[in-house]
Amino acid sequence: MTIIDSMLLTAMVVAAIWTVMTRSLLKSAIGLALTSAVITIIMFRLNSPFAAVFELSVCTGLITAVFISTISLVKPLTHKQIVQLSKDRIKRFWYLPATVIVVGIVFIYLKIQMPLSLFAGQAEGNARDVLWNSRQLDLFGQIAVLLAGVFGVVILFKETKKK
Amino acid sequence: MPSLFILIPIFGIIILNLPLGRLLKRCAFWYAFVLFSLQIILAIFHNPFFWSGALEAISTFFSVKFTIDYLGFLMLLSIGIVCLSSLVVSRYAITDEEERFNFINLLIIASIGMCGIVMVKDIFSLYVFLEVTAVASFILIAFDKGKMALEGAFKYIVLSTIATIMMLSSIALLILVSGGTSFSLIAAALKISGPNIIVSLAVVLFLCALFIKGGVVPFHGWLPDAYSTAPAPASVLLAGIITKVCGIYTLIVLVTSVFGFNEAIGSMFLFVGTLSVLVGAFAALGQNNFNRMLAYSSISQIGYIILGLGTGTALGIAGAAFHIFNHAIFKSQLFVNAAAVRVATGTKNMDDMGGLSAKMPVTGATSVIAMLSTCGVPPMAGFWSKLIIIIALWRSGHFAYGVIAILASLLTLAYMLSMQRRVFFGKVGKGLENVREANFGFSAVSIALSAITIAAGVFFPAIFNKFLMPLAEMFLK
Repeated sequence: MTIIDSMLLTAMVVAAIWTVMTRSLLKSAIGLALTSAVITIIMFRLNSPFAAVFELSVCTGLITAVFISTISLVKPLTHKQIVQLSKDRIKRFWYLPATVIVVGIVFIYLKIQMPLSLFAGQAEGNARDVLWNSRQLDLFGQIAVLLAGVFGVVILFKETKKK
Repeated sequence: MPSLFILIPIFGIIILNLPLGRLLKRCAFWYAFVLFSLQIILAIFHNPFFWSGALEAISTFFSVKFTIDYLGFLMLLSIGIVCLSSLVVSRYAITDEEERFNFINLLIIASIGMCGIVMVKDIFSLYVFLEVTAVASFILIAFDKGKMALEGAFKYIVLSTIATIMMLSSIALLILVSGGTSFSLIAAALKISGPNIIVSLAVVLFLCALFIKGGVVPFHGWLPDAYSTAPAPASVLLAGIITKVCGIYTLIVLVTSVFGFNEAIGSMFLFVGTLSVLVGAFAALGQNNFNRMLAYSSISQIGYIILGLGTGTALGIAGAAFHIFNHAIFKSQLFVNAAAVRVATGTKNMDDMGGLSAKMPVTGATSVIAMLSTCGVPPMAGFWSKLIIIIALWRSGHFAYGVIAILASLLTLAYMLSMQRRVFFGKVGKGLENVREANFGFSAVSIALSAITIAAGVFFPAIFNKFLMPLAEMFLK
């Protein structure tokens, strides 16, 4: 693992934690996009450019649509309420990141080896080939997900606007 | 040509939403009606010309080939029937034309997702279509935009996201082991690699994810809220087919065709199935809300399906598949009945009802038929599927589970009779003197579904030969 990989993994974890812990929904959405962007770079470095392209396309399409509808549904809280909720959340879920760190340390110390000869990621053809020829069905599935997202926004967002 | 099940609905939705005035929106109902009716006809007769043939015009731009087996036909038939029922109910339950149009679009998308799940033979494509169905389901649950509906949808989103993470992690591990995503490739790789920690982790993660999707105890937290808060046509769809296709059907396919059945998986299914049967039945006994009672009843019935699967025998799995079909029919009908009662009385609380059978004869009579099928009373269809499951448990040596399954039928009888007594029998409830039969749509759907339940029971030998024998032979292979 190079220094760049370590930096990317750290950036991904930091961005993910920021996404979950930030007090503003908008910042949270930005955090998620940032996490996704870092994951995309990691995927490129892992020789999986098509997975990276897919990650980007999903995050720019469906996730954005779902977030627009969700944020529109949420009643804004006062600053005091937000701070209180944030404190409560840390109290309730402190053990989750702690568990992840402990498990990580245990894995490093035990040096658990993969008992298999694993397949490495392959990058064959171009993105058009992969999306249109190899994963054509998934592409249509993604179109269906996007359509569902659009209807979600229409159904849930429109009413809020009226109110 | 099976690809038309994906292509026609997608292009249809796009065309229906073109800005060409109200005419297209008014066509949406009939478009969906024809679509689901055709699906039912094609699934019943499974004409080789359609299922094996290819149209040159389509294959030039859509090269994906599908292979459908007998289990697939049974599921496509169930999907068609439940979607058609939900569509007809929506015509009468959703009064606003614009809202109804949006609902129909989501219904078609959900059916695309479910048909995709049934037809694919690739684990990543399976995940994609599970997500298509899940996203449509979130919105259908929150459709009414009430506080409870949003809460129900939120719970489903959270648990579904956990299931998604588990599935993706499992897929990643399976790709590491097999180097591909097709069912056959993974199955072959798992056979070669034998049991090891990565394979076991991948299998357990995927199975737990499917337990969440199927609402199996102890992963059922989202199900009662989702079923009871969704609008009537959406609850018919969710309870009738979505959980069965996303959770249980997928479980059967993956265990029989990809992961392979072993003793550990069998024991886990038998334990989880029994837990679901009992927890669902006991929880249903304590409910006042009509829809919540039906939701817990669903959990209990899903337990029977898992028990059948847990036997690992061809007979047990065929029985489980037949119970999926039966449960799709009679549970959809009970939710249609619940919706009709809700529309007529304005309440879901069973303690505020009573004597509705006299005021709503069609709803009352059809709910008795669905109740008898749920309890496994002959000659209803539910009797045969439960009988097959119990015989399979007995023949595979799981006597204790067989006895529990039989005794749990008494619990089913208890909560269903309690529901009948509180809702349909006895004195007419206060303020319900002027209640009338629900409108034509509810009655028509209830009668049609009752007819299917009776016909599937009475003509069981024909169904046994047409679907179940080939199914059992398929699983034996």
